[in-house]
Amino acid sequence: MTSLVVESPGLLTTVQDLGRPGFGPLGVSPSGAADPVALRLGNLLVGNDPGAAALEMTLLGGTFAFPEEAVVALTGADFGATIDRRPVEMWAAHKVPAGARIALGPARNFARAYLTVAGGVRVPAFLGSASTHLLSRLGGHEGRALRKGDVLKTGALREKFQERRISMTALLALKPRKVLRVTEGPQMHLFSEADRQEFFRGTFRVSESSDRTGVRLEGKRLVSNLPGEMITEGVPLGAIQVTLSGQPIVLGVEQQTTGGYPKIANVIGVDLHRLGQLRPRVEIRFERTSLSVARSLWIEQERLLNSPGQLFA
Amino acid sequence: MLVYLGDEIGLAAHERVLALLRLLQKDPPNWMRNFQPAYTSLMVTFDACRVDHAEVEATLRKFEPRAAAIRRPKPRTVEIAVCYGGEFGQDLEEVASLRGLKPSEIIALHTSRTYHAYFLGFAPGFAYLGDLPQEIAAPRLETPGKKVPAGSVGIAGRQTAVYPFATPGGWRVIGRTPETMFQSDRKPMAMISMGDQVRFRAISPKQFWKMEQA
Repeated sequence: MTSLVVESPGLLTTVQDLGRPGFGPLGVSPSGAADPVALRLGNLLVGNDPGAAALEMTLLGGTFAFPEEAVVALTGADFGATIDRRPVEMWAAHKVPAGARIALGPARNFARAYLTVAGGVRVPAFLGSASTHLLSRLGGHEGRALRKGDVLKTGALREKFQERRISMTALLALKPRKVLRVTEGPQMHLFSEADRQEFFRGTFRVSESSDRTGVRLEGKRLVSNLPGEMITEGVPLGAIQVTLSGQPIVLGVEQQTTGGYPKIANVIGVDLHRLGQLRPRVEIRFERTSLSVARSLWIEQERLLNSPGQLFA
Repeated sequence: MLVYLGDEIGLAAHERVLALLRLLQKDPPNWMRNFQPAYTSLMVTFDACRVDHAEVEATLRKFEPRAAAIRRPKPRTVEIAVCYGGEFGQDLEEVASLRGLKPSEIIALHTSRTYHAYFLGFAPGFAYLGDLPQEIAAPRLETPGKKVPAGSVGIAGRQTAVYPFATPGGWRVIGRTPETMFQSDRKPMAMISMGDQVRFRAISPKQFWKMEQA
């Protein structure tokens, strides 16, 4: 059995896969990688199924030792990773000799990096997924963020090492952006014309208190004309709800499943992985689009993610 | 996509939400990904590569009339032991003074009813229970965000619920249960399921600690 040893965990490192959709009736949100595109590409690079479990790091990476030979890839934000002190090319597969050490530092650009390992990280599944759900301490490795000394099992290598890297065209098509495209939310009509315009014209700053449950925004306060309290209803990933104090919150992967705040807009599918790469203090904007454009973009992105010919250089 | 099946909280809307949910769970179209029931609505998540919004809407409209005929399991009755007030329910005194009642009267009223579990939402195993007697209905806290311990029993408006996990909460906490509300290696995982009948029973701090150790 091969393994991976956590020598230092970084700021917040968890085991994540593509989550557990389907358990809304239990109050369980899907969770999963905050940047699912980076996770999928990392897995494809090392020859895994796109949804295999891997490590998600946040803002500050960790150091990991590999007692046995392994094949790995690093995707997502650039954390200045090294293998045995030599800089590692991101978005590419690497063979790691037995006894090697992968070290990551602080994020240089965006928020989250993924370390995928051929064979995947092996943890017991909760409701069919390896994803860590921090709030309920379920899934992942003992339901928590990794700590120094943790040893994670990794699966067997399925293929001979193959040199792979993601193409520049694919990276450009999937790259993060600070203008998130949104469609109209179910309660947009409750906001005044002036506030709606402000929402699309203004910039919002990502708050320090943002996490996997949601991205909290600072900017102009938005006021909804809500007659009394709203009846609590289901809220999707990427919904932008506005609290009573006027602060917009974009719901993240480890979201609450229902909410009683009005939702002004919803981030579209192809920008959800970009939401996972927003770091505190960056300024973002919202741009309105239609459901049909959102859907065409989604189909196009899924086509790209399922075309090895276009993905790999 | 959100399907609204009523415009006020009550058993009529709840029955329609539960029936449509059961029907879709029994016979899910291949594009269906997730469901989120609530008081008067059902949110349906779908695979946009397979269908567009218009087709989802058309299919759900066809499903809805069939839902009324679906057979549903008999509701279970669940009893939850709660130690009220003191360190277990830090907002009990405040709720009492807000409503001009004694803490013991709040407890008597809270345990006087059988509540209906409208749906599970917010966090794993968190059941929205109603309706709270009007005499003890209390608004949410003005500044939510303080973490409440797992098992805390809160009230907000005419709703009451038990927090399965230590979470930031905006409801007023009047007591705490020693029961584990959500456990991944138990069947069912959630102590309360949608549609259950729920009663609260007052226990002493001594009983609380004894039950918690068990």
